[in-house]
Amino acid sequence: MVENRPFVTFLSHLVVILGVIIIAFPIWMTFVASTHDQATMLRSPVPLLPGKHLFENYRQILVEGFGRGFSGVPIWMTLMNSMIMALGVALGKIAISIISAFAIVYFRFPGRIYFFWAIFVTLMLPVEVRIVPTYGVVASLGMLDSYSGLIVPIIASATATFLFRQFFLSVPDELAEAARVDGASPMRFFWDILLPMSRTTIAALFVIQFIYGWNQYLWPLLITTKESFYTVVMAVSRQANAVDATPSWNLLMAMAMLAMLPPVAVVVFMQRLFVRGLVETEK
Amino acid sequence: MEKRVTFNERWLPYLLVAPQIIITLVFFFWPTGQMMWQSVLLEDSFGGNSRFVWFDNFVHLFSDSSYFASARLTIVFSFLVASIGLAVSLLLAVMADRVIRGATGYKTFLVWPYAVAPAVAGVLWGFLFNPSVGVVAWLLQGIGIEFNYVSNGNQALLLVVIAAVWNQVSYNFLFFLAGLQSIPKSLIEAAAIDGAGPGRRFWDIMFPLLSPTGFFLLVINILYAFFGTFGVVDALTKGGPGQATTILVYKVYNDGFRGQDLGGSSAQSVVLMVVIILLTFVQFRFIERKVHY
Repeated sequence: MVENRPFVTFLSHLVVILGVIIIAFPIWMTFVASTHDQATMLRSPVPLLPGKHLFENYRQILVEGFGRGFSGVPIWMTLMNSMIMALGVALGKIAISIISAFAIVYFRFPGRIYFFWAIFVTLMLPVEVRIVPTYGVVASLGMLDSYSGLIVPIIASATATFLFRQFFLSVPDELAEAARVDGASPMRFFWDILLPMSRTTIAALFVIQFIYGWNQYLWPLLITTKESFYTVVMAVSRQANAVDATPSWNLLMAMAMLAMLPPVAVVVFMQRLFVRGLVETEK
Repeated sequence: MEKRVTFNERWLPYLLVAPQIIITLVFFFWPTGQMMWQSVLLEDSFGGNSRFVWFDNFVHLFSDSSYFASARLTIVFSFLVASIGLAVSLLLAVMADRVIRGATGYKTFLVWPYAVAPAVAGVLWGFLFNPSVGVVAWLLQGIGIEFNYVSNGNQALLLVVIAAVWNQVSYNFLFFLAGLQSIPKSLIEAAAIDGAGPGRRFWDIMFPLLSPTGFFLLVINILYAFFGTFGVVDALTKGGPGQATTILVYKVYNDGFRGQDLGGSSAQSVVLMVVIILLTFVQFRFIERKVHY
């Protein structure tokens, strides 16, 4: 503290608390809505405090789904799909990026610079922009309605490769030299030295990519037509579009709570890794 | 930067880059190539024949008033998202930086909206402002404002901006806070000893030193507003009412999938690609510049 100005400090607290309240308000209302019955949520003004139907609503949404002839897919299934997709995207990205970064940093081979640029230009076109032709490619490969179709097309990314490249460049040369002198093969050096050293980087990247994979929306929306492959985020949005026909706000909001819970939990409980991952992937 | 020590292997490095290169070729270069090719083709409505039309799709695009409306909308939209988002998060970061030694807990409460999917964020805000049951819409009605984002285009745009900013605030906040905390305390103390008050210290010392962070965030926020807000728009308004919230990235999707206009949609994608290349270029220039700070 540079100086003591009680009023300014008070004002700072006030502004931050106000900010926190405004930012948390939508989540609070979502939670409140998920604990009332259907009729209560249709009378405006809706209540601002939680009701008594929490377990009932969540049980119905998890086990039976939205019901009433609508999308009858139980939410535990979409949660499982989201989990598979998020883990697949996070682990897949880390796996392919760490080995390609290893090759680019620790080997000299013809064409190396072309591979580097080929990876780099993927930054230029996010999947939302090239969505139509990418859909066409995935369809012609017969990957619609499959986990590989959900995961593989979005795991090629330059950011993860660059992050590992950056990290490998900061690893002292002496380590590779020592490994070479001792007759260790490159892969042995990778497994026994480089990989253990990269633990924190991997963990930070995992947190970011897990959230990225979980929150994918457009991609699963396009390539899944079977309900058994729906992810929870798209299930929420599909249901929201139909909410005027079957206005079960309580169930919809219970669904939204479940869709937010895993990534928010990851951010809150692994805050340090999350911040690190966020800051470093942007370098 | 290059490594001094490297391994000598003939085939191993190719094997190691293969997975990423193959995925990039199949799911990036192939579709991107198709997109560029399609942008100079005109396909008849049954998808059977297509013929090469040079730049007709682009000429058509640039003479299309609805495309211009969408481009203008996107500029207004990204200006609003970036300016409001940056202003709010800078304010919160400066205030949190003042109190952070006492209360690190605030950070936890401000970082998690980042984890909420844009589509879910759209659903949440749609619920708050829902004309029949939304609590904020009800409050606004109480003070005489009729808020109906389903029928009023400007209100729909406003709501999309609010939801998009809400989703992005934590990201900006974290970067601003990191930037503020990296400013040497001695500078601030020296200014305080010289009699500069908190406001003066902010404008004359912290703000200029934060400008690299701010500039970086500006680019990121524009990119976010252009491309990252698809889920918010789709969940909240589907580009409507009318064309009131059809930003460019939504139009690509709409024309390509709903309108089945592959040539036009591809031409739009190519235009957006140029925008990203320009923004990325600007950002890289900035990163070079950062070295001098």
